[in-house]
Amino acid sequence: MTFALRPLLTLLGLLVLWHAIVWLFALPPYILPAPHRVAIALIDNAGLLLQEASVTVTEMLLGLLFGTLLGASAAIGLLFSATARRWLLPLFVASQAVPVFALAPLLVLWLGFGMASKIMMAVLVIFFPVAMTLYDGLRRTETGWLDLARVMTADAPQHRLRILRHIRLMAALPAFASGVKIAAAVAPIGAVIGEWVGASAGLGFRMLQANARVQTDLMFAALIILALCAVALYAGVDMVTRRLLRWQPDSHASFNIRP
Amino acid sequence: MSVPAFRLEGSGYAYDARHAVLAPYTLELGATETVAILGPSGGGKSTLLRLLAGLLPGHPSPLTGQVAWMAQQDLLLPWLSLLENVLLGARLRGTAAEEARARDLLGRLGLADRADALPATLSGGMRQRAALARTLMENRPLVLMDEPFSALDAITRATMQDLACDLLADRAVLLVTHDPVEACRLADRIFILGGQPATLQQGAILSGPKPRDPLDPAMLPVLRGIHAALKQVAAT
Repeated sequence: MTFALRPLLTLLGLLVLWHAIVWLFALPPYILPAPHRVAIALIDNAGLLLQEASVTVTEMLLGLLFGTLLGASAAIGLLFSATARRWLLPLFVASQAVPVFALAPLLVLWLGFGMASKIMMAVLVIFFPVAMTLYDGLRRTETGWLDLARVMTADAPQHRLRILRHIRLMAALPAFASGVKIAAAVAPIGAVIGEWVGASAGLGFRMLQANARVQTDLMFAALIILALCAVALYAGVDMVTRRLLRWQPDSHASFNIRP
Repeated sequence: MSVPAFRLEGSGYAYDARHAVLAPYTLELGATETVAILGPSGGGKSTLLRLLAGLLPGHPSPLTGQVAWMAQQDLLLPWLSLLENVLLGARLRGTAAEEARARDLLGRLGLADRADALPATLSGGMRQRAALARTLMENRPLVLMDEPFSALDAITRATMQDLACDLLADRAVLLVTHDPVEACRLADRIFILGGQPATLQQGAILSGPKPRDPLDPAMLPVLRGIHAALKQVAAT
C-alpha cells in the first residue's frame, strides 16, 4: 500500500462509519449531521470559515512564537542563575497546577475580547513544556564536550557564550524540539479556550455561535477546519525540527542516520 | 632528558579532608618528550590529568592555554562535519578558522575525503583519528591524553599509536593509559601512579626509536618490571 493511500482509506472508512451511525440511529441533523450536510455547510460558509480560521491561526502562531521565545529564555535563565532556579522553578511548576480554563475569564477581563487574551492563553500553555524540555536538555550536555571546550578556551569567561551557543544549545536541540512539538499540539487548545470564554472572531467563537443557533453542521465544519489547522501546525513544526536535527540518528525510522 | 620544558607541580587533590586521592607531585617533561602514566583504575591517573588540564573546580591550572586534551571518547560533536569538528577550537574562541591547515591534518590522518562527513557515518577508528586531528589543530606545546586508544580494537589501536607517535613527535605528551604495552611503544619514560593517596614513581626509562616493536625481546624485561611495579601498587 502506498504511503499516500493509507490516510485516505482511513478517512474514507471514518466517513462511512459516520454515515452509518447517522442512518442506523436515525439521528436528526441538529444532533449529528451526516457527512454530506457538513460538506455543504463547509462549502456554503467557506469564506466565513476561512476568515475565522485566519484569526485562530494567527493566535496559534503568535502564541507559539511568544510562548517558545519566553520558554527558551526562561530555560537559559534557569541554567545560568542558581537564584532563578531557587525562586522561579517552584513557581513554574505551581503555575501548571492552575487550570488554564480557570484563568481564561480573567485574561479576557484584563486583555479584552481581541486577540491578545487568546495569544496570552496559548503562551501560558506553551511556555511550560518548552521551558522544561529545553532546561532538561541544557543540563544534560555530555560532560566530555564541556571539558574539551574548557580546555580549548582556557576556561576564559568571554568564551562562555560561544560554548553555550555552539555546544550546550546544539546538544539540547533534540529535547527542545520535543518541547516545541508538544507546544504545537497544545497551541490550538489555548487559542480555542480563549475564544470560547469571550471573543468576537475565530473558529472557537464561530463554533459557540453555531451551537447556540443549533447549526450543528456549521459547528462540525468549523471543527474540521480547526483540526486541519492544528494538524498543519504540528506537521510544519515537525518538518522544521527534523530538518534541524538531521544529524541525529533516528533508531526508530531506520538503523542508519537519515540521508 | 634535555632541559625540562614543563615542570608540573602540585599539592595533590582531595575530595574532602579525609579522602586524599592524589599526593603532592612533581613531574618534569622535555619539550618533545612523551611520558606515560600507568596505574590501577581509580588510582588517580585521570584526576592528575584533569588537574593539569584545569578541569577540576577550584583548582585552576598554571598550564591553562598551553595544553590540548584528548580523551577516551572521540568527543566529536555529532552535528558538525569532521572539518568543522577539527576547527572547533577556533569556533569556540571566535578566531579565524584555518581551514587549509585543518584539511591538511585530516589528509595526513587519511580522512581527506571524509572532511564533510558527519561523525556518525564513520567507524570508531576514523572518529578517533579525527579527534587526533582536532587535538593537533590546537597546536599546543603539551598534549594531555587520557586513555585515548583504549576503546579501539587491537589493530586499529596499533595504527593509531603509530600515527600519534609520528604526529606528536615535536611536542610534549603526557599519556595516561592502563596498557603497559602501549606505554612501552610510545613513551620515553614511564611512571606508575598508585597507592592511597596516589604517588608518582619512576617505572622505566626507555630509549630507541619510537614507536617501538612490542615483540622486540628487549622489551620483555621492561614489561616484566612494569608488571611487578603495578602488582606492588595494587597490593598496597
